[in-house]
Amino acid sequence: MSETDRISGKLRWSKLYTFSCLRPNVLETDGLHSLQGPGFSRVVYCNQPRVHRKKPLKYPSNYISTTKYNIITFLPKAIFEQFRRVANLYFLMAAILSLTPVAPFSAVSMIAPLAFVVGLSMAKEALEDWRRFMQDMKVNSRKVSIHKGDGTFGYKPWQKIRVGDVVKVEKDQFFPADLLLLSSSYDDGICYVETMNLDGETNLKVKRSLEVTLPLDGDVAFKDFTGKIRCEDPNPNLYTFVGNLEYDRQVYALDTNQILLRDSKLRNTAYVYGVVIFTGHDSKVMQNSTKSPSKRSTIERKMDYIIYFLFTLLVLISLISSIGFAVKTKFEMPEWWYLQPQNTTDLYDPTRPGLSGIFHLVTALILYGYLIPISLYVSIEVVKVLQATFINQDLHMYDEETGNPAQARTSNLNEELGQVDTILSDKTGTLTCNQMDFLKCSIAGVSYGVGSSEVEIAAKKQMAFDLSGHNSEIYSASMQNSRAQDSLENSGSDFGKSEIELETVITSKDEKYQKPMIKGFSFVDRRLMDGNWLKDPNVDAILLFFRILALCHTAIPEPNEETGSFNYEAESPDEGAFLVAAREFGFEFCGRTQTKVFIRERYPSSGHPVEREFKILSLLDFSSKRKRMSVIVQDEGGQILLLCKGADSIIFDRLSKNGRMHEESTSRHLNEYAEAGLRTLAFAYRKLEESEYSVWNSEFIKAKTTIGPDREAMLEHVSDMIEKDLILVGATAVEDKLQKGVPQCIDKLAQAGLKIWVLTGDKMETAINIGFSCSLLRQGMKQICITTVNTDLLAQDAKKAVKENVLMQLTNASQMINLEKDPHAAFALVIDGKTLSYALEEDMKHQFLSLAVNCASVICCRVSPKQKAMVTRLVKEGSGKTTLAIGDGANDVGMIQEADIGVGISGVEGMQAVMASDFSIAQFRFLERLLVVHGHWCYKRIAQMICYFFYKNIVFGLTLFYFEAYTGFSGQSVYDDWFMLLFNVILTSLPVISLGVFEQDVSSEVCLQFPALYQQGQRNMFFDWYRIFGWMANGLYSSLIIFFFNLNIFYDQAFRSEGQTADMAAVGATMFTCIIWAVNFQIAFTMSHFTWIQHLFVWGSICTWYIFLLLYGMSSPIISRNAFQILVEALAPAPIYWLVTLLVTIACNVPYLAYLSFQRSFNPMDHHIIQEIKYYKKDVEDQHMWKRECSKARQETKIGFTARVDAKIRQLRGKLQKKYPSLGVQNVIPPS
Amino acid sequence: MVIPNFARYVKSRSDRQLLHGLKYNKTSTCKPEESNNGLPIVPCGLIAWSLFNDTYTFARGMVELKVSRKNIAWKSDRNHKFGKHVYPFNFQNGTLIGGGKLDPSLSLSDQEDLIVWMRTAALPSFRKLYGRIEEDLEAEEVILVNLTNNYNTYSFGGKKTLVLSTSSWLGGKNDFLGIAYIAVGSSCIFISFVFMLLHVKNPR
Repeated sequence: MSETDRISGKLRWSKLYTFSCLRPNVLETDGLHSLQGPGFSRVVYCNQPRVHRKKPLKYPSNYISTTKYNIITFLPKAIFEQFRRVANLYFLMAAILSLTPVAPFSAVSMIAPLAFVVGLSMAKEALEDWRRFMQDMKVNSRKVSIHKGDGTFGYKPWQKIRVGDVVKVEKDQFFPADLLLLSSSYDDGICYVETMNLDGETNLKVKRSLEVTLPLDGDVAFKDFTGKIRCEDPNPNLYTFVGNLEYDRQVYALDTNQILLRDSKLRNTAYVYGVVIFTGHDSKVMQNSTKSPSKRSTIERKMDYIIYFLFTLLVLISLISSIGFAVKTKFEMPEWWYLQPQNTTDLYDPTRPGLSGIFHLVTALILYGYLIPISLYVSIEVVKVLQATFINQDLHMYDEETGNPAQARTSNLNEELGQVDTILSDKTGTLTCNQMDFLKCSIAGVSYGVGSSEVEIAAKKQMAFDLSGHNSEIYSASMQNSRAQDSLENSGSDFGKSEIELETVITSKDEKYQKPMIKGFSFVDRRLMDGNWLKDPNVDAILLFFRILALCHTAIPEPNEETGSFNYEAESPDEGAFLVAAREFGFEFCGRTQTKVFIRERYPSSGHPVEREFKILSLLDFSSKRKRMSVIVQDEGGQILLLCKGADSIIFDRLSKNGRMHEESTSRHLNEYAEAGLRTLAFAYRKLEESEYSVWNSEFIKAKTTIGPDREAMLEHVSDMIEKDLILVGATAVEDKLQKGVPQCIDKLAQAGLKIWVLTGDKMETAINIGFSCSLLRQGMKQICITTVNTDLLAQDAKKAVKENVLMQLTNASQMINLEKDPHAAFALVIDGKTLSYALEEDMKHQFLSLAVNCASVICCRVSPKQKAMVTRLVKEGSGKTTLAIGDGANDVGMIQEADIGVGISGVEGMQAVMASDFSIAQFRFLERLLVVHGHWCYKRIAQMICYFFYKNIVFGLTLFYFEAYTGFSGQSVYDDWFMLLFNVILTSLPVISLGVFEQDVSSEVCLQFPALYQQGQRNMFFDWYRIFGWMANGLYSSLIIFFFNLNIFYDQAFRSEGQTADMAAVGATMFTCIIWAVNFQIAFTMSHFTWIQHLFVWGSICTWYIFLLLYGMSSPIISRNAFQILVEALAPAPIYWLVTLLVTIACNVPYLAYLSFQRSFNPMDHHIIQEIKYYKKDVEDQHMWKRECSKARQETKIGFTARVDAKIRQLRGKLQKKYPSLGVQNVIPPS
Repeated sequence: MVIPNFARYVKSRSDRQLLHGLKYNKTSTCKPEESNNGLPIVPCGLIAWSLFNDTYTFARGMVELKVSRKNIAWKSDRNHKFGKHVYPFNFQNGTLIGGGKLDPSLSLSDQEDLIVWMRTAALPSFRKLYGRIEEDLEAEEVILVNLTNNYNTYSFGGKKTLVLSTSSWLGGKNDFLGIAYIAVGSSCIFISFVFMLLHVKNPR
């Protein structure tokens, strides 16, 4: 154990932490909970797991299972699940009816495909469940140190843990179950817990054991440890715990501070001992797990309507058929002596035609069931799983840094990715990487730091764009308007060039960072670095500033062997950045004991560092309510100082009269920093007299030891008393770094016609800054800020007044947008959470939505997780468009589950968002590829696949119906049962699956180059009713051609030179051959991307049919019946058979080909043109033209940096002399 | 109009019995023509029961025209589907007499009329091969046909037609095939011509 560990091991943090962990030690028995009645029945005998082996104290083991089934329940449960689907139930009923004499075909031809389909779906279920099982096994077999008796500990897998076990959890391990904290490596039983997996919060939380269990701090101490815990029953509430501990004949109360929850992680603490209270599924996190709602894609929902339509059609033709049958039975059948109408069953009873008709209706429903393809569902499932594999395997979406690939967690939303209209994005961790860089500071009214933030880089970028835009403008002006087209094209090519320039700008910036690269520190200013600050006139203020940086925090230093300096375990990334900054400035925080902080101060003059110690008297820690933290320290000279850092508004309120010297300049700097997209904090201090402190401290201690609900309030009040009359020192600016490629990605997505909303919990200024750095906002864009004014009126009135005010702002803004004449004017809506709560109310939300839809970008700040979900729902339901929510933290879970598609960033902030999401990606920038490439492809694939599926089944099903009319509606089919069985299952399934899996209209590079192609999905061009009915009409036409051509050719004439006439088997087989050829040719024409797999499947299907017919004909005549040797003997030698096949195949496909030619010649779609350009390799020969096409294929967009360029070009072209106000922030609503 | 493709009719047969004869006795598919007086019927079922039994003889002038009634059924049917040692049994013995009778001394595989008849046609109006005239007939020649009208079509108003036809490599005379080919082909040519014109007129 190293020295620092020992030092930190000695720390008694309870002296420091005021709010979160200090509990009065006396009077502990007073707070006892009376644990009576239901809900509080749990009894845990500590260190006596044996007691819990038998009833009534037998609790579940720590084995967890998230699987849906087990080996025994799988079959019944999975079958039940399958038949809850309406379509499957229909097929099941058809299969059951096929066992009765009503059935038109043999039972096996109905049952076999159903069994196949259901079996395949069940296999998929089983596979997914198996994966879950493996995941569980991985968790269950994690090892933890467990007390084996006699004070010895040994490692055991998690699943072996029982209630009552004493476990020892080491640093950075997860807690295996819900534990009662007994003691930790710290003397006072403190430990740090990271609850990222539970609530997504990255800061560490402090837990503290009871005083009485503190002596249990070694393995041996547990030899004779016993105790009894009575507590609440398992429940999902993460933030409450009620229980008592009976120990040493005394009873102590327990609360959440002593409870370590499963799936949270031990941090900054060497080890803890704990007693297991809740195991496995009893633990709070498991009780909390909810299944994400099952989502269905738009296409699938629309498919249901097609199914209903086809079902109506089915019932209709069945009715026609059964009425026809009843009529025939009544009037004609008695005359058909050859049927012996007098000796019949109910099915064909001429005396009771009604009954026969009803029986026949059932027959017909089964017979024409081919209209509703049984295999459609299973084919779609197969296709989607394979598509998801492609997404998972895509190397372009693999993040090398974290090793996370993209993952389609549910495969049933693939095609929805191609239809997204609005993206709702979280900010922190999604657009930004939650890594803080100390960039600038303002000390005593002087701003330091010359490094530029990403926003400033973005501004530089824009300058580069402007320049290029200007150039092209001059060029086109010189060429006059005669070649206006060319100017556009030039701007395009210039855009390309400037993009390259920018790339270099960006890379050079990266290089610059890489050389001195210190994580969390990008500060560059010679005035402060290398001890130069000593020459500064404000040297005292600077010294104080540095000391605040180094002292005002709760971090722990960890020596880093490689560099010889320290790493800091901080509660928040900002704090870490401050400590790194302090270290770089020469104030290295190097140690912390119980009451002291050690700072190694380095002055260039003295040469070697001076170690100073500061006595920490009190620590008033940070909470989101207080928005500040303070330490009270005593330096070596005995001077007591209160050092405070906090949000600028809070600090400015607490300044003393003479502490406001630099307020004006500092707040100006703060604004500048905020504009540059930086996070700011203000620093202040106060000198305290010994007496003043001791008076206050007695108050403070009194407050600390108070018990009861008003303790918090009292503490806050006492803190307020000391945190006043501060003197402002300065401010810091920390950069929240944007993730890689975010602005480029947003630009591309905007070009693809997507709207992007940012929903963030951050404050408005930060959000706007990020908006600028992502190019969601730009100069010249009219910002509509909707905020509420703070009114001091009574609650009821205030609410009403505020609401009216918000409404007025909304109406004004809408009017302004409506009055706007300039088609290029862009608006941005910025709204904060408080206002949003009014705007989301029932009576106002539609106004809000219509305003938001008219704005190019929308930024919602200070929104709660619930509001995020509400906004998502509003957009989803209000606009009826597809929404995609992307986020990374637990606070985004609501939004992710609410949106049509939820995307989780599998980054640093825990797995909560990923677990709730439908897709997970490692970086925001992969969203571009996920949507523009995979979404586009999957949408087209599924759309075409479903259309084709209905087409082929209509072709097949209707021929059955036509034939019916010729058989007196008796329910006879012209095809052999086996043909029908194989049609959907084997003969036509593989080509359509290959279409669904491999089809690509254009390659992925082209998709990315032409983001406007994405709009084909947004506009749903491939699955609108015209297209669906077009395909159905095509199916109708083909069925007519196939049936009547065959009929007319075969019905009476001999088809062989020997004079044999065609019987039903021969006609059926020929007709079936025609269908196979026609539908397979159709799919070959539909495909635009061929690999050997498509060729194999399409042509292979046709071959398979002949091979099947051959083999079937070779089987015993008992099996093959009339198809016995049909190919070899009857069909193949007959030239007419081949001639008919050729004729019908061509006739069926001519209209589609004509339509294709017509469309390509006169009404080409974007991808048609690109395909042709690519096919003729024009893109290589004629770069010029290719570039022009590239630039034309963009959606008119008002956000993204391309829009910035366009705006600039327009600005120049219009020869506007007026200079735009800097940043163009126009608060259109005067603050009332 | 006979509806030979009526589902009840089509199913009323037993392929196993045709092959194995009396050895096979699960002939429930043959209902209602399954058994008579407690004895099974071979061949059972409505199809066989309603066997077509008109006969025709042809004469050219006074000379009888030879009509070959052999090899009118598929070879595979004769060899593999209709038993060589299966003889008609208890056939057309009931109170209801349907169509023709069979010679009980001839095995089913030799009863080619039956074999042809057992191949049910696809449509209500159909042709079956009766026999082949293997001599050349001259144009304008008069053929006398002597037919015995046994088969009852009056009850349901059916028509019977005797067709003398030549057969080519394509089988019988098939106008529709030719017309369809011409129609589809010409429409293809027409469409391609139109598109060619349009393409020349306004190329992209």
